[in-house]
Amino acid sequence: MKEDLSTVEMDFISIRHKLLDVAAFLDRVERAKEDSDFRVKALQEALPLLESSDSQRTKRILEHFSDFSESPIEQAPGKGACGTVPPGESA
Amino acid sequence: MKYIEPHAHMVSRTTDDYERLALAGCVAVCEPAFWAGFDRSSADGFKDYFDQITLTEPQRAAKYRMDHYSWLCINPKEAEDLGLAREVLSLIPERLQRSNVLGIGEIGLNKNSQNELKILEEHIDLAATHDQLILVHTPHLEDKLKGTKLTLDALDAHPDITPDRVILDHVEEHTIGLVLDRGYWAGMTLYPDSKCSIPRAADMLEVYGTERIWMNSACDWGHSDPLAVPKAILELRRRGYSEDWIHKVVYSNPKEFMSKSGKFRS
Repeated sequence: MKEDLSTVEMDFISIRHKLLDVAAFLDRVERAKEDSDFRVKALQEALPLLESSDSQRTKRILEHFSDFSESPIEQAPGKGACGTVPPGESA
Repeated sequence: MKYIEPHAHMVSRTTDDYERLALAGCVAVCEPAFWAGFDRSSADGFKDYFDQITLTEPQRAAKYRMDHYSWLCINPKEAEDLGLAREVLSLIPERLQRSNVLGIGEIGLNKNSQNELKILEEHIDLAATHDQLILVHTPHLEDKLKGTKLTLDALDAHPDITPDRVILDHVEEHTIGLVLDRGYWAGMTLYPDSKCSIPRAADMLEVYGTERIWMNSACDWGHSDPLAVPKAILELRRRGYSEDWIHKVVYSNPKEFMSKSGKFRS
């Protein structure tokens, strides 16, 4: 049984810190002239999803970064994942 | 609080980590076979690895009064070579008889390729033939959603697989509902960064409840934290959940699932 505790009281400062890290990262890649990277673009496109109000923000953002193709690919191009679907690959 | 670490790659950890787990209340650690960070050049490498996780790691754990169990397979990251993968698959049946082997895992997909899917299906068939539990690795990041759907379809397609004997690990908010709705167990893997965080795992427990769910740290050779589960216990206490409620997730649930093997005694 959950007791009545304030979520905002517990976590606001920590989340404020993380949001500032997002802002600082975007500033940093802009200074480095890397803001046209497809991963940065995908990150920027995800930001409006924070404004939705259906209590599904995390799911929506994960879906935004996901490959929605359905068939297995012919051969694995390597082992790693980069966090969002690269340009030209299925989405 | 007494808890079980149901997914840990202890071959990657120092003896100090065994001590830290024991100090934090861990009574049993369970080790799925995985990718070692490099491709093994032959099936002989897997013979040694299977001996390491079924014979050597239990001895290390026993020094700290912890039980150690393992799962056997070839990880999807080494499944692109069908010849090697099938040779490794042929090594598994006789080793399933070892007293601390709980089943087949962590099998699954990595980049969702055709060969990975073939080897996944052959692992599923192997588990069905030998009446084994299955532990599934779901892919990372952009590949997770597609890989989870392909894996669920492969499992559902096998006539002798029952969902309550299969756990899909590394679920996140976009896959947990798919897994639970189809009757499978779901594992949440807690990472310091890159994937599911401790607060998000606690959120998923709040949304989806505590049935057929466990938490683990993975604690592999990458950036990971062997104490992620006890840290999640602390997070749940901060949120005001009762000791019984937390105990179900970190001890009773993994015990219930792994006891279906007939070998789990912790």
